[in-house]
Amino acid sequence: MANPSEHIVKSYDEELKQLNTLINRMGGVVETQLDGAIQAVLRRDPEMAERIVKGDGQVDEMEQEVGALVIRLLALRQPMAVDLRHIVSSLKIAADLERFGDHAKSIAKRAIAISQVPRIPAPGLDRMARMVQAMIKDVLDAYIEGDTNKAIRVWRRDAEVDQLYNSLFRELLTYMMEDPRNITGCTHLLFIAKNVERMGDHATNIAETVHYQVKGTQLPDDRPKGDDPSFAIADHNG
Amino acid sequence: MTRHLELKTAVMNKKSEDQTEAPLRNVPRTKISATHVDVFYGEKQALMDVNLDINEREVTALIGPSGCGKSTFLRCLNRMNDVIDICRVKGDILLDDRNIYDRAIDVVQLRALVGMVFQKPNPFPKSIYENVAYGPRIHGLASTGEELDEIVMSSLGRAGLLNEVKDRLNEPGTGLSGGQQQRLCIARAIAVSPEVILMDEPCSALDPIATARIEELIDELRANFTIVIVTHSMQQAARVSQRTAFFHLGNLVEVGDTEQIFTNPSDKRTQDYITGRFG
Repeated sequence: MANPSEHIVKSYDEELKQLNTLINRMGGVVETQLDGAIQAVLRRDPEMAERIVKGDGQVDEMEQEVGALVIRLLALRQPMAVDLRHIVSSLKIAADLERFGDHAKSIAKRAIAISQVPRIPAPGLDRMARMVQAMIKDVLDAYIEGDTNKAIRVWRRDAEVDQLYNSLFRELLTYMMEDPRNITGCTHLLFIAKNVERMGDHATNIAETVHYQVKGTQLPDDRPKGDDPSFAIADHNG
Repeated sequence: MTRHLELKTAVMNKKSEDQTEAPLRNVPRTKISATHVDVFYGEKQALMDVNLDINEREVTALIGPSGCGKSTFLRCLNRMNDVIDICRVKGDILLDDRNIYDRAIDVVQLRALVGMVFQKPNPFPKSIYENVAYGPRIHGLASTGEELDEIVMSSLGRAGLLNEVKDRLNEPGTGLSGGQQQRLCIARAIAVSPEVILMDEPCSALDPIATARIEELIDELRANFTIVIVTHSMQQAARVSQRTAFFHLGNLVEVGDTEQIFTNPSDKRTQDYITGRFG
């Protein structure tokens, strides 16, 4: 952690460590959930998708576990300063991870639907997912190590995810214009890409939380962002 | 009609004046200003070059581990250290721009202006009434019995004790519960119309309910008084004060808004102390 010295009361340190372990484990689970969901989409594997959908329950349980531990720490330890920020931040991070897991679940549900329609090549999706996966891994490392520089790098990286999402959006639009039979598959893929993009946002939220946890100050509002795809114009004559 | 208009204009003017004054009002006035304060007990230096401003009508909490000098500093503010022979105080402490260590200052008057409440409730072995009446009487604040009654009643009222004792004002103050005794001591302190009240761990001998009542009282009193409180309970400092000063080994390490000190202190020693990491 940012503050390496130990508390006079050792059990307090153990509880804080337990909080870190829980968040870390939760991060590992949602990372796997994202990976599995994307693989289910790419391999058109409905069974795998089913497993991912069921797996989301575990993420929800872990979030509740973090919540219970945070309530306990607040009530019994009356944390101050860096400890208070650490505990409150963990609660927020758990909420972001839970939402992250929900997005993986949505992707998995669409993987089931998408396996019934003609295959559409979407090479950007895999890249985007890998990028977000790396972001969530790095941002949780930043949380455990109290490394704000690492958190800020993750925070900046989200712009790339946005850009990938935009190019994927344009690509899928082109397929749909080429052949209306692609519309079902493309729409599903578009929602999937949107889910991945939102996951990137949760990773940046966590980066902001880590920054607050360590420094006690907020990151500025003006996060670098990619283009807003809702303003991308489809060229019907093209 | 004209009059009505005039009145309205006057009100509107007043409003615009208020608005321009608003930012000024948010800046608290300095009531006590301590600069380069050193305190020695014989050879041993207990405070090192302390510079601290106490804002008017605010509660300032002094926190720090035992022996850090917080009580010593508090006792400098009404020259309680004078009674310790080997104690020497250097530096300047200004109360409203007057140096309280000036030879011309009457210490008795100073202590009426800067009252004190101690760790253990210490009512005089006299009646409840006499406990409160004593100060105003020796300072000649009341010329008639009715005036004295008025002061006693209003002081007991402001200390939140009146309802509990109004039917037994002639019973001994020592017969009250600990929390009531402490509120009696606060009533005694405010009876002489002080401007500053110093509190040296005023709740450490009280149960949580009595503590909560004192804390509520402190919050009410700050509308009229400048309060400096030494406390070992950081939760208490966080609850009652607007500003917090952290002392360690005779140094003033950090002073700031209470919220900032307890959520994001800038000095590592403050951080370690308030999070329970001091070895």
